[in-house]
Amino acid sequence: MSVPLTLLGLLEREPSHGYDLKRDYDAFFGRGKPLPFGQVYSTLSRLARDGKVVISDVAPGSGPDRKRYIITDVGATEVEQWLTQPVDPEPHLQTVLFAKVVLALMLDRPAAEYLDTQRSAHLHRMRELTEIKRAGSLVDALLADHGLYHLEADLRWIEMTGARLDALRKEVRP
Amino acid sequence: MSAVIEARDVEFSFGQTPALRGASVAVEAGEIVAVMGPSGSGKSTLLHCLAGILVPDSGEILFDGARVHAMAETERSSLRRDRFGFVFQFGQLVPELTAVENVALPLLLSGVHRKQALPRAQAWFARLGLDGLEQRRSGELSGGQAQRVALARGLVAEPQVLFADEPTGALDSLTGEEVMDLLVGAAREQGTTVILVTHEPRIAAYADREVMVRDGRVNAPDRIAS
Repeated sequence: MSVPLTLLGLLEREPSHGYDLKRDYDAFFGRGKPLPFGQVYSTLSRLARDGKVVISDVAPGSGPDRKRYIITDVGATEVEQWLTQPVDPEPHLQTVLFAKVVLALMLDRPAAEYLDTQRSAHLHRMRELTEIKRAGSLVDALLADHGLYHLEADLRWIEMTGARLDALRKEVRP
Repeated sequence: MSAVIEARDVEFSFGQTPALRGASVAVEAGEIVAVMGPSGSGKSTLLHCLAGILVPDSGEILFDGARVHAMAETERSSLRRDRFGFVFQFGQLVPELTAVENVALPLLLSGVHRKQALPRAQAWFARLGLDGLEQRRSGELSGGQAQRVALARGLVAEPQVLFADEPTGALDSLTGEEVMDLLVGAAREQGTTVILVTHEPRIAAYADREVMVRDGRVNAPDRIAS
């Protein structure tokens, strides 16, 4: 999740105070990991420095920061580019799990057991996401589905790797 | 809690081909357990042994304290009719009957009068979002609708254990998940124990836990603390 681009996107919707941005970020994108206020304001400062937002006014009253931020044309263009470009497909084979399996085979450790443990952990997480999906809103369900499909892809890889451990062992321990 | 249904060291062969080689699993009352494993691992055979459809060559099947493996066929047949429910992947509905008659079938076979059976069956249609489809025959239902009718039939007699063998295997992802959501919701509401055979992790994730069957043996992973 790109915090600066997400905040810029929220600002394209409407000019906002830092507090409002944090509230909306936490509601839609935080998923249990609230954005610290410090990070909100440091990000907004950087965006202002880079000309992607400007401060429109400072509201009278109390509070540490009553600045209202407005997105600039530069910022809006960046949001547009970000939204229209596909996300890089991640190189899943370079994962920690792959490294663990290969190292386990190199070191004559029980790679199949490690994969079984990983499978259980994946299924455990999938059960949690399924509960979120069953109990939550459509937004929750769609985010949970994204996680579920990725975990399922990992599980397929675990199954295939588990079935090929003997062959892989020969390759990494010639 | 103690197990409501259990397989102990079960062996079963199809002719010379062993399918189960000492499989053991215990399921507590009200639990939803996914039985997973690759094709040919023995997971469906295990379900059929637990349900009293197949009799193990050796080992024990215990249900509610009763020795299922030692029962005569008539006794196992009564058990399947009165205490168990079933949902399979394909071809479960009787094409000559209407949807509501299909749902009522387990009640009718158990001797419940048609006048009582049909309203009980009817009640499931609203519960599973099938309103208005009562008089349709299986050929007039979509795959998802037919599977929900099959689910209603599996649960209508309020079985202690529901056996579901790849219940979403013939459905697309979204429809399959809708069926699972209904299955889990209804089973939890009734306190029905569910034994669910599936090779799909996303379907298994609806269960409380999973057991893996591999080469005819069961590997039940340690539970991971929440």
